[in-house]
Amino acid sequence: MTATATPTGDLCSMPALLRRNARAFADRPAYREKEYGIWQSWTWSEALREIEWLAFGFLALGMARGDHVAIIGRNRPDHYWAMVAAQMCGAIPVPLYQDAVAEEMAYVLGHCGARFVVCGDQEQVDKVIDIQDQLHQIDHVLYHDKRGMRKYDHEHLNWLHDIREEGRASHYRHEHELALREAELDYDSTCVMLYTSGTTGKPKGVVLSNRNIIETAKNSSEFDRLGPREEILAYLPMAWVGDFIFSMGQALWNGFCVNCPESADTMMSDLKEIAPTYYFAPPRVFESQLTSVMIRMEDAGTVKRWLFRHFMDLARRVGPAILDGRKVGLVDRLRYAMGEIAIYGPLKNTLGFSRVRVGYTAGEAIGPEIFDFYRSLGINLKQLYGQTEASVFIAQQPDHEVRADTVGVTSPGVEIRIGDSGEIFYRSPGTFVEYYKNPESTASTKDEAGWVATGDAGFFEEDTGHLRIIDRAKDVGKMADGHMFAPKYVENKLKFYPDILEAVVFGNGRETCTAFINIDLTAVGNWAERNNIAYASYQELAGHPRVLETIKAHVEEVNRSVAQDDMLSACQIHRFLVLHKELDADDGEMTRTRKVRRGIIAEKYADLIEALYDGSDSVQTETEVTYEDGRKGRIRATLKLVDAATVTPRHHEVAAA
Amino acid sequence: MTAYEPYTTTDGRTIGGVLMEMKNITLRFGGVEAIRDISFDIREGEIRAIIGPNGAGKSSMLNIISGFYHPQEGEVWYKGAPRPAMKPYEVARMGVGRTFQNIALFEGMSVLDNVMTGRLTHMHASFWQQALWWGKAEREEIYNREQVEKIIDFLEIQAIRRTPVGRLPYGLKKRVELARALAAEPSLLLLDEPMAGMNVEEKEDMSRFILDVNDEFGTTIALIEHDMGVVMDLSDRVVVMDYGRKIGDGTPDEVRNDQDVIDAYLGVAHG
Repeated sequence: MTATATPTGDLCSMPALLRRNARAFADRPAYREKEYGIWQSWTWSEALREIEWLAFGFLALGMARGDHVAIIGRNRPDHYWAMVAAQMCGAIPVPLYQDAVAEEMAYVLGHCGARFVVCGDQEQVDKVIDIQDQLHQIDHVLYHDKRGMRKYDHEHLNWLHDIREEGRASHYRHEHELALREAELDYDSTCVMLYTSGTTGKPKGVVLSNRNIIETAKNSSEFDRLGPREEILAYLPMAWVGDFIFSMGQALWNGFCVNCPESADTMMSDLKEIAPTYYFAPPRVFESQLTSVMIRMEDAGTVKRWLFRHFMDLARRVGPAILDGRKVGLVDRLRYAMGEIAIYGPLKNTLGFSRVRVGYTAGEAIGPEIFDFYRSLGINLKQLYGQTEASVFIAQQPDHEVRADTVGVTSPGVEIRIGDSGEIFYRSPGTFVEYYKNPESTASTKDEAGWVATGDAGFFEEDTGHLRIIDRAKDVGKMADGHMFAPKYVENKLKFYPDILEAVVFGNGRETCTAFINIDLTAVGNWAERNNIAYASYQELAGHPRVLETIKAHVEEVNRSVAQDDMLSACQIHRFLVLHKELDADDGEMTRTRKVRRGIIAEKYADLIEALYDGSDSVQTETEVTYEDGRKGRIRATLKLVDAATVTPRHHEVAAA
Repeated sequence: MTAYEPYTTTDGRTIGGVLMEMKNITLRFGGVEAIRDISFDIREGEIRAIIGPNGAGKSSMLNIISGFYHPQEGEVWYKGAPRPAMKPYEVARMGVGRTFQNIALFEGMSVLDNVMTGRLTHMHASFWQQALWWGKAEREEIYNREQVEKIIDFLEIQAIRRTPVGRLPYGLKKRVELARALAAEPSLLLLDEPMAGMNVEEKEDMSRFILDVNDEFGTTIALIEHDMGVVMDLSDRVVVMDYGRKIGDGTPDEVRNDQDVIDAYLGVAHG
């Protein structure tokens, strides 16, 4: 490519943005982290100093241009700094999922040929040391948390803090070299490489350039009018493109503050303390927050319960309308204001949503009830549609045009085209450069004109111009009688029940549909407690006759709702079973971002699927499970197969014709 | 007293000289002889286990070390000098901390406040200074809170910092108790059945923490435990008691192969 025009002027890399922020917002908070019970904070000028020292330290260790620097750990300022410091040195940061088991990590580290690995703590260092024998390319392992590290052989192992101190001491020696390396960065240099978890096959390294990240950050910030005063909580995996866009791209572009929680367990109380103005969470987080609110309300006193019910009914009726600026009568507005004082305000405060101006959910479909619950409280929760290859944004909902069943309008700067098969294609400044060392996949995903196949099937609504997603294009199939089979559509309806954590629907090429169901231990456990149902294990609770009865009621309700849709009425569930174990990423049944891997599940539980179709009442099975420490075990169970009533659709003949 | 050379264990910890020595201890309750003529020592930096069947006198021994019981015969030597009969709080001030078999926390107080009580021996401000939150009291409180926060971080109980102890599950209460004992910065930490009633995962966590405490803070640990697997994996040396007498003393391997011990306690040889 010839000389690149950069609409953003000199601001064509993350380090350049950092230096701009250190000048423009010198004394404003850039990073906060709760440690030892206190929010420690760093201003932009302090952050720049820390990152520079770290970069000098990296140079002292011999970091070269184009080196890959893996970062494995939870969200901490140090880890974000290591990424920017690596970029300063002309190296490429590669954040990894910290809960990945050693063999998954080995593949990614080997594939990108990482010479440097920055680890959060001993647990991650252990994993890296475990796989180092297979990978001879790792030259230096650095760690943030000193605990337990004293006894290790430190020949190629360093405390990140020591490296920073060495960098500080060698300031003058490396200043020139660092300036040189930073000056070489342009809009087309690689900003970051992120591995997609992928529902099929090995992870692929998505190469994103500075152009991808900065243009996307710029466009999306303008879309939601984000500014330097935003506060965000960085708690989603650093390896996920969303966190990179929010906590790196948008944070550096706007100069807003990134807050890191004290630990994964304290996320909820940290959220409350920070009260972010811009918030992002997968539906799962919103679901679990709502579940915990409901559980606590059930235990509350009569007066509180009445107040809650009364004002939540009102909120459901008028809340979304008020939020969207539509017409609402004066009386209802007054009552809503009272509700704000009595219920909504305190509730939002408890949840940490008092100040949320823009909230997003993505990754999976969110239940309409859950979505409406938050919106009725006056929280501007919206949906977006995106993927790693697009630097997140493909479509998103503008303020005041929010609905549970669409993903909004085309994001600024993005073009969307619907293919003949219904598959969605897009082209945007955020479109990835390539899959690292995988030209075949790059070619099959992105054509020469830059159009990328999303693998999702969807359509634009004619009257509103909003995009609706049906399912993964490859998952959409045909049933034996030719009807459309869209498992995700049914699964999402099932998952909207708090009792159901996961569902997997089968039926491609078959006469009828069947399903595997995972119960939600929190919700069902609480229900069991209130109904005096004793259980000793997940397995026992999952198999309890009354639990099966409840799930059956949910399935039948879903069947009635599915029957309403002419296109998909054949996807009603005729038989189902409740699984004896939770589907788990460690067993390969889900991706790290918790999407079900259909193929693997169908293969692993082939005996169960067979039983669902052969009409038997129960089935015996044995399953291998992987514990968190990597050991394997087996669990045996006898599962009951349950028939569910289905509804004959009204337009059956028409649809079949 | 036996003289020992300091040595370094295979996992890189330094075991020093004798920290505490029990010399010919006999303890009677009326006519019942709970402990008869027992001698053993605890070396600086080691993890020392006391094992034995129910009623062997393990807890009594721990209570002697912590100053709760006073033996009729024998002497307790601590840091190279005989220790006179003392009240438990005086023993605590000398650097002996402990946890209890039946959790003894303040149920209505938050985890943070419970752990702060462990700092009691490190507070010297006067009543009036504390009442008025003035001068030394403020400085001490801040310093003590910093120390407590480090322990909270170390034991990974940040998420329950503000939770009343009464609402916590058993395994976490045990961890809070350990935190409180650690807050006193003991040189000798006594753990009375730290794993009792725990599931496998909780036991693994607790073992990890005990090893980490020993390793990171260099705290000498004496523990009583029923779970043989845990004892053998954790400890550097083991004292075996039966009917108030010592029937074995040595490394886990030595004890495991000792015929008296096998007969009295383990029943059959493991593996």
